[in-house]
Amino acid sequence: MINLLYFARLREALQTGSETLDYRADLATVAAIVDLLKARGGVWGEVFADDQTVLVAVNQEMCDLSTVVTDGDEVAFFPPVTGG
Amino acid sequence: MNQIKIQTEPFDLAAIQEELRRDNPAIGAVVTFLGQMRDINEGDRVSTMTLEHYPGMTEKALQAIVDEAEARWQLMGIRVVHRVGPLHPLDPIVLVTVASAHRGEAFQACEFVIDYLKTRAPFWKKEQTAEGERWVDARHSDDAAERRWQR
Repeated sequence: MINLLYFARLREALQTGSETLDYRADLATVAAIVDLLKARGGVWGEVFADDQTVLVAVNQEMCDLSTVVTDGDEVAFFPPVTGG
Repeated sequence: MNQIKIQTEPFDLAAIQEELRRDNPAIGAVVTFLGQMRDINEGDRVSTMTLEHYPGMTEKALQAIVDEAEARWQLMGIRVVHRVGPLHPLDPIVLVTVASAHRGEAFQACEFVIDYLKTRAPFWKKEQTAEGERWVDARHSDDAAERRWQR
């Protein structure tokens, strides 16, 4: 199982804050998960379009598309941060 | 006391500084940054702002920034408090307090922590204006501020 989280602008656009995916060997990188989400089309295609800046964290550490994802991981997608 | 706190309620700046500095006569300098909410952003009047964060990652990201500051400078204490939830103009948002023997290190470490917090800690601001709600965009000037510290 992979736990997906969405925050801020992404959460609102996608109308969900979290979901789970069954882990599969072909979902072993962040890039593969992004491709799967993008392929849902509609707003998913828009949110994860190549010209959108989406940050990703695996197990609460910032990472990138090449990061390996394993069963049980938490993968979060969010826009650039604006705290402080 | 914990070095890092995320909370919805207001914080007492004087009490946090006092807790940090008292009982340690080796401290010669305490530098505090207080960020407060403005009533104007991008030319529009803002009535309310709501801060969202990523519980768990926020604390880890802030701890990593504090650890980095302690590795770079000789410090005698750091406190970071960041509020989440609904806020109004004049409300304190964030506090960074740093203690050290001399002012130079406290000034630098305080600025380093807030600069890194701005670009690395998972907080997001949403503003309510007369035209409706909008998410605040990240600023390029914040990225530039962070780059000054990279090495």
